[in-house]
Amino acid sequence: MNGGGTSRHIGRIIIRAIVTLLMVAILNFILFRVIPGDPAKLLLGGARTSVTAEQIEAQRQNWGLNRPLFPDQLVDYLSATVRGDLGYSFKFRGRHVADLILERLPATIILVGIAQLTAIVIGVMVGIYAGWRRGGTLDNLATGSSLLLYSTPSFWMAMILVVIFSTSLGWFPGYGAYSPGAITGFLGSFLDYLRHLTLPVTAVALGLIGQYVVVARAAMSDVVTEDYMVTARAKGLTGGQMLMRHAFRNAMLPVVTLITLNLGYVVAGAITVEAVFAWPGIGGLTVEALNARDYPVLQGIFLLLGASIVVANLVADLAYGLLDPRVRQ
Amino acid sequence: MTSSSQEKPPLLDVKGLSVDYGLKGVPSRAIDSVSFALRAGEAVGLVGESGSGKTTTAMAIAGLLSPNARVSKGEVRYRGEQLPIDDDASMRPHRWSETSVVFQGAMNALNPVHRIIKQIAEPCMLKLGMSRGEATARARELLELVGIPADRGSAYPHELSGGMRQRVMIAMALACRPSIIIGDEPTTALDVITQAQILKLLGELRSRLGLALILITHDLSVVAECCDRVMIMYAGRIVEDGTVAEIFAQPKHPYTRLLIESIPNPASGKKMIRPIPGDPPNLVNRPSGCAFHPRCPSVMAVCATEVPSLDQFGRGRVACHLYRSSQEDKVAVHA
Repeated sequence: MNGGGTSRHIGRIIIRAIVTLLMVAILNFILFRVIPGDPAKLLLGGARTSVTAEQIEAQRQNWGLNRPLFPDQLVDYLSATVRGDLGYSFKFRGRHVADLILERLPATIILVGIAQLTAIVIGVMVGIYAGWRRGGTLDNLATGSSLLLYSTPSFWMAMILVVIFSTSLGWFPGYGAYSPGAITGFLGSFLDYLRHLTLPVTAVALGLIGQYVVVARAAMSDVVTEDYMVTARAKGLTGGQMLMRHAFRNAMLPVVTLITLNLGYVVAGAITVEAVFAWPGIGGLTVEALNARDYPVLQGIFLLLGASIVVANLVADLAYGLLDPRVRQ
Repeated sequence: MTSSSQEKPPLLDVKGLSVDYGLKGVPSRAIDSVSFALRAGEAVGLVGESGSGKTTTAMAIAGLLSPNARVSKGEVRYRGEQLPIDDDASMRPHRWSETSVVFQGAMNALNPVHRIIKQIAEPCMLKLGMSRGEATARARELLELVGIPADRGSAYPHELSGGMRQRVMIAMALACRPSIIIGDEPTTALDVITQAQILKLLGELRSRLGLALILITHDLSVVAECCDRVMIMYAGRIVEDGTVAEIFAQPKHPYTRLLIESIPNPASGKKMIRPIPGDPPNLVNRPSGCAFHPRCPSVMAVCATEVPSLDQFGRGRVACHLYRSSQEDKVAVHA
């Protein structure tokens, strides 16, 4: 009701997010310490090469691995993380993990961001309308197809798209982000980039559209049976006024929650699709790091994924408070 | 002069109205041949148990029948003009400007995400063409009128008590200066003290603003408190219609009598509530003849075969075979 209640509410949400973030970091630390294998041995070339006990000991000394895990190594890890130091990659010798991630992040954000925006606009509009006109032609069409899209794994969708639109029809490239050589000039390479982007974006967006249609339709079908919609009708409002003034915002409550939670997956959401299209994003980096047992890179990526989901939850909580006055207390 | 004012049509005239709900090929009749007139400023209680058709009657008058309802017979006239009650779009100008509704349980009837001032001002802007400023000023006046400080207008519905929310609902109903207010169980979810306050407020506003009130309730004591006239409904038909004083003093229809006897009255020393035996009627497969005959203590042979018509009796109307002969006698005596 008053500003005090609202700022207390926001403060609580932020503190909760910070605590969660700390837990994510600690779990991430533990996860990579319980994985079998000696990092010192790995650093020296893995199990296949023969190294002396002295060499291993020297490595341990060098990287602080001989110190106790708790609290020394944990504190080191946390304080380095806070400073933005995520360590060095095993595979890309001498490169900072943070640099590697930052290098790959834009490609993923562009891919999943565009897919999200497209899916939000199409999915929410279709879902809201289908729920408003339940049993109509669009509703019957949208409900069936959106469930199908929602339940289709995106990597499978990606492969089907490649088979149809790349291999068979040859309309779009199915591999990478740029055509090697040949294309020059800003406009030319920009259009080339867009052509490479089309299929991966479609693969990610189709599943999301299904998800948004299902959720938006369900939310709208609930809203149209609410008593306040009868009141709106009794007040002499037209169908359009009822939809825009009374139904839309209420139906958007669960949809906005879903959208903001999905923001957390902008970073992680396309790992399999990126792998299919060899898209040079975080997903590709994850697969490379997995194959190379590049634990520091994986640890950095996991932290990023965890953090983005925590932040998305924070945004969801704040957005919900803005839209629904009932949760502000 | 005098004769012309007597010939003026009643504010609302419901004539032989029947409404069906389509149930997959088996239409069930919600109300059957309902006829009554409402004068300007009159307060009528519409009483009956669940499924008696009181809400359908009120929603038909307000033009709020649901899409699966069908008007199969009869008409509703407002100030002499027939209302297109089965045409959603054509009823729109009538809604709220002429007939508004105070719904039950104002929690869900108010939109939870909008401030109450906005919800009250909305019909002023959309129906009366007021600017936002004018509409807000009017909404503040209306809030004061129902006893809420205008500054509370920035509250959301969930921040108000049940009684306050019902006051907001009443303020909203008054927004476009209607002639008829329909109270659809307006006090059902409230405690007795708040209930009394809301009924008092409705009564005061009615006499001050010259409103006609149709109060739908299953609670006869609510009717006794603030209505001039009461109509008792059973299985979609009006079975008795008369002044509150008459109906309480001398109920004619056996159903009315049993209803009144079922009200607990501590003053009379009666400790037990006497329920009406039997079950409410099945609307899809209703009893033959008088729908009440399977439960009626005064049932006669004719009751199972012939539907009693709602005839004038004394100063009211009653639909019961018991009063058939006596009515004819009366007519004979008068002749």
